[in-house]
Amino acid sequence: MATATHLITEDEAASHSSAEAVVVRFAGDSGDGMQLTGGQFTLSTALAGNDLATFPDFPAEIRAPQGTTFGVSAFQINFGSTAIETAGDQPDVLIAMNPAALKVNVDQLREGGLIIADEGEFTARNLAKAGYEKSPLEDDSLAKWQLVHFNISQLTLDAVKPFGLGNKEALRCKNMWTLGLALWMFDRDRQPIVDWLKQKFAKAPELAEANIAALNAGHAYGETVEMGAPFKQHHIAAAPAEPGLYRTVTGAESLALGLVAGAKLAGLQMFFGGYPITPASALLHHLSRLKEFGITTFQAEDEIAAICSAIGASYAGQLGITSSSGPGIALKTEALGLAIMTELPLIVVNSQRGGPSTGLPTKTEQSDLYQAVYGRNADAPLPVIAARSPADAFECAIEAVRIATRYMTPVMLLTDGYIANAAEPWKVPDMSGYEPFPVNFFEQRPAEGEGVMPYARNDDLARPWIKPGTEGLEHRIGGIEKAPGSGNIDYSPAAHQEMTDTRAAKVNKVAESIPDQDVCIGREGAKLAVVGWGSTFGPIHQAVRRSIDRGLDVAHVHIRHIWPMPSNMSALLKGFDRIIVPEMNTGQLKTVLRDQFLVDAKPLNKVSGHPFRIAEIEAAIEQALG
Amino acid sequence: MNEMTKVTTAKDWASDQEVRWCPGCGDYAVLKAVQRTMPDLGVAREKTVFVSGIGCSSRFPYYMASYGFHTIHGRAPAFATGIKLANPELDVWIITGDGDALSIGGNHTMHVLRRNLDCQILLFNNEIYGLTKGQYSPTSRVGTRSPSTPFGSVDRPVTPCSFALGSGARFVARGIDVHKNLPDVLKAAHAHKGASFVEIYQNCVVYNDDVFASFTERSVAAEKQLWLKAGEKMLFANGEKGLALDVDRLCLKVVAGDDASVIVHDPKNKGIAAMLIEMPQGFPVALGVIYEDPAPTFESAVIEQNAAAASGKKADLQALVSKGQTWQVEKEPHKL
Repeated sequence: MATATHLITEDEAASHSSAEAVVVRFAGDSGDGMQLTGGQFTLSTALAGNDLATFPDFPAEIRAPQGTTFGVSAFQINFGSTAIETAGDQPDVLIAMNPAALKVNVDQLREGGLIIADEGEFTARNLAKAGYEKSPLEDDSLAKWQLVHFNISQLTLDAVKPFGLGNKEALRCKNMWTLGLALWMFDRDRQPIVDWLKQKFAKAPELAEANIAALNAGHAYGETVEMGAPFKQHHIAAAPAEPGLYRTVTGAESLALGLVAGAKLAGLQMFFGGYPITPASALLHHLSRLKEFGITTFQAEDEIAAICSAIGASYAGQLGITSSSGPGIALKTEALGLAIMTELPLIVVNSQRGGPSTGLPTKTEQSDLYQAVYGRNADAPLPVIAARSPADAFECAIEAVRIATRYMTPVMLLTDGYIANAAEPWKVPDMSGYEPFPVNFFEQRPAEGEGVMPYARNDDLARPWIKPGTEGLEHRIGGIEKAPGSGNIDYSPAAHQEMTDTRAAKVNKVAESIPDQDVCIGREGAKLAVVGWGSTFGPIHQAVRRSIDRGLDVAHVHIRHIWPMPSNMSALLKGFDRIIVPEMNTGQLKTVLRDQFLVDAKPLNKVSGHPFRIAEIEAAIEQALG
Repeated sequence: MNEMTKVTTAKDWASDQEVRWCPGCGDYAVLKAVQRTMPDLGVAREKTVFVSGIGCSSRFPYYMASYGFHTIHGRAPAFATGIKLANPELDVWIITGDGDALSIGGNHTMHVLRRNLDCQILLFNNEIYGLTKGQYSPTSRVGTRSPSTPFGSVDRPVTPCSFALGSGARFVARGIDVHKNLPDVLKAAHAHKGASFVEIYQNCVVYNDDVFASFTERSVAAEKQLWLKAGEKMLFANGEKGLALDVDRLCLKVVAGDDASVIVHDPKNKGIAAMLIEMPQGFPVALGVIYEDPAPTFESAVIEQNAAAASGKKADLQALVSKGQTWQVEKEPHKL
C-alpha cells in the first residue's frame, strides 16, 4: 500500500493499523548525487527486509545549469511491510536539496506530507533561478504540508572540516549527510553504506572518511535535534516474503542475467551487438563485463550495424542479440525483416522511452507496441514478449531465447525506461530448476544426388539451423523470396504465397508452447477486466486489489505474450462484461485486442512520462463499473 | 589447414544456380576469376562465406558453392563482422559495389576497414547503379547523364581507394574485371591478414559501357596501366616510362624508364600509396597491391581480450545471479 500511515494525526492513527509503507522522494540538482543517495537508501532498505519499488526520475541533460528547474534529478522509493508493486502514487516525504527541487516536486507530495529542505541553498540567487520571488520557507505557501528546514550545507561543511577538503568537495558530501538523516528516520543500519564508501573511495581514503563523517553527522542530527512532532523516527517492519536468498535488481540487470541464463539453457555462446542509446545502454554495459560466460559484446558504428552483426553471429551459430530504444529499433527494422526472411534466431530488446523522435529520452512510455507488432514493411510477423517488472525481465529473457531458438525467429522483447532503471527485491532463482532447451544444429548431409534443404520444416514449422563450417551442407540464403525447401531464389507466385503463409503460421504456432493467459487477481468472468501489459503491472494490480477489497467485481489480466497471444485469450476476454486497458500510450494494446478478438476494449491512457498512479486506475475502475 | 583441405577445382566452386547477369557484364569475368583462384588458396568450401549487400554484384554469393549470405543494402560489412567474431575460422569475403559500399554503406565500409576485420572486400566499381536501371553513383564522374541526372551530375565523385586508405585500411589494391592479373590480386588480398580492400574496375555493358576504356582498352593498356609489384621499379609503357618523386613539389612525376630516380615499390609507404591512388590525367592508373602494411586484426584483439577477461573466472550462473548484497529471509517475518 502506498499511503503512509506514519505521519497521520492521532485521530487518523486510531483508525489505521501500524505503518505499512512510506514513499520518500530525494530531489536535488543533477550534480547533487540524488541517484546515488537513492540507490544506497534502496540497498539499506532491502537489507532491512522491506519490500520496495523505486522510480529514478532524472533529466536528459547530464549536467544542466546548476539550480535550474530543468536540472532537477529525483529518486523516489516506496518501501513497506506489505507487498510493494509501484514506486508510490504520492511521496509522503520530500527531501529538497534546493529551491528548484522543491518547486518541481512539491505538488506531488501528498497533503500533510513532510518537506525537509536545505535552507543553506535557499539563497536569493537560487530562489530566482527556480522562479520564486521570495523564499517559500518563510511564507505560507507550503502550509498544506509539514515543513522542516535546516542548513544541510553548513552542517555538512562543519562535519567534514577535519578532513581539509576544498569547499566544493566538502559540499559534495551533502548527499551523504542527507542519507544519514534518512537512515536515522527509518531506523536503518549505516554499516553497509560505510562499507560501500570505503570501497568506492579506496584510492582516496580522506574522501571516504569525509563522506562517512557526513553520513554519521546526518544520523546524529536526527537523533539529537528536537524538531517536533512531524520529524521523528519510524520503524517499518520487514515485509512478508517467501523464505530464501534475496537481492535487489534493476530491470537492466535482470535482463542481462536472463539472457545469460537463456543462452546457457540453449547451450549457445552469446553475441551482443549494441549502440549506445538511453535507456538501453545499461544492458550493453552489464553484458560486456561477463566474458567468462562465453559472451562477445560489440559496440557497433550504428544501430543498423548492431543488429546486422547480431544476425551475422546467429547465422554463424551463436545467439545473436541486439538492444535499443524506439528510435534505434526503427533503424534496425530493415535488418529485422531480413532475420524474418532468413529465419534466424535473434533477440531484439526494446527499452521503450517517450517519443516520437528523440521525445523524452529519460522518461518512460510504452508506446512502441505497434512498432513491435506491426512496424515493418510487408507481412513480417515475429513473436513479441513484454516484461512487467525488473524481476520479471529475467523470466522474459529466458522465454525469448527459448522461442527464438525453437522456432528459428527473431523475438522482440519489450521493456521500458522505468523497468530498466527501477530496482526491486528479487528472490534469487535456483538455476537447477530451469529445464534446458539445447539447440541441435543440423549436420546431416543430403543423400547422393539430393540438394541441401535449408528451408525444410519440422513440426513447429521451424527450419534447420545450419552453421557455416559444416561440410556438405554449403548453401546460400538471403533476403530474396525463395523456394520452399531448397531456399533457392524463387519469385514465383506460388512460392511467395506459400512462404508468406508459412512464416505467419510458424509465428502463430508459438502460441502452442506458451502458457494459457491467467487472471492474476479477481475472478474469470468478472464484471470488469483491467487488461495491461508491461510496467503498468504495479499500479493496475494495486488498484484492482483495492477495488476488490471494496467489494467491486473486477479482475486484473496482465499479458506477457503480446504476439502471438495465448490460445485461451479470446474466450477469457469474452467472459468479462467490460474491459479497460490502461497504457502509457494512446491505446495500442487496446487496438490489438479489438482487432484480434472483436472485444470492446476501452482505453485508459497516460503519456506524461510518469507511470500511472494507483488512484488514477482506481478511479477508472469505479467509473467503468458505475 | 592446407594439408587437411581437399584439392578443389574451379568447377567445385560453382554452385548449381543459373547466373543471371546481363550478357557481357564484367561480373562474369570476376566470378570466373574468383572461382579459378579459390582452388589455389587451399581453403575449404565449407569454411568459406561470401557475404554481400544489394546490387548487381551482390548476387555473387548465389553462384559460389560455398556458404553465402545475400544481406541488405550497404550492410554486408556489419554481417561479416558478426560472422567472423562468432567463428574466426571462417574465411569471409565481402562482395559489394560502388553504391553499396560507398553510398548507403559508406559508414560500415569505413568501420570494417579501421577495425581491420580479417576479410576480403571486393568492390565492383562500375560507376553506376545498375540494378535500379542506371542512376549515377558516388563514383560517377561529374557530368554523368543518367535517369536521375538528365542534365549531368554535379557532385564530385569519391575515389574508393582513397576512402579506404583514409579509413585506415592496411591493404589497398586495384584490379580490372577482365584482366589476367586479377587472380594474383585476389591471392594477395587473401594472403593478407586483416581487411583487404580490392577495387575492381567492372564494366557495366548496359548503363555505363566503356567507362574505363581510356585505360582498359588493349591499345592503350601498356601506356595507361601501372601494375605495381613490391620491391620492383614502378615502370609502365613496356618499361619505357617510370614514376619518380618530384621532391620539390612532393608529388609524382613521369620519367624515362631507365632514369635512376624511378621509385621501387614499397607497399608500406602510405604517402606514396596516396599519391599513386590519386594520379591525375596524363598519368597511368595504379593497379595491383598499392598499399599493404599488416596490423593485428579486430577479431584476434577481441578474442584475446575476451580470454584475458575470462581467465581465472568460473562461468558459474548460480553464483552470478546470487551476486551483490544479498539477504536471507528465514521465514515469514510476520502475518498480516
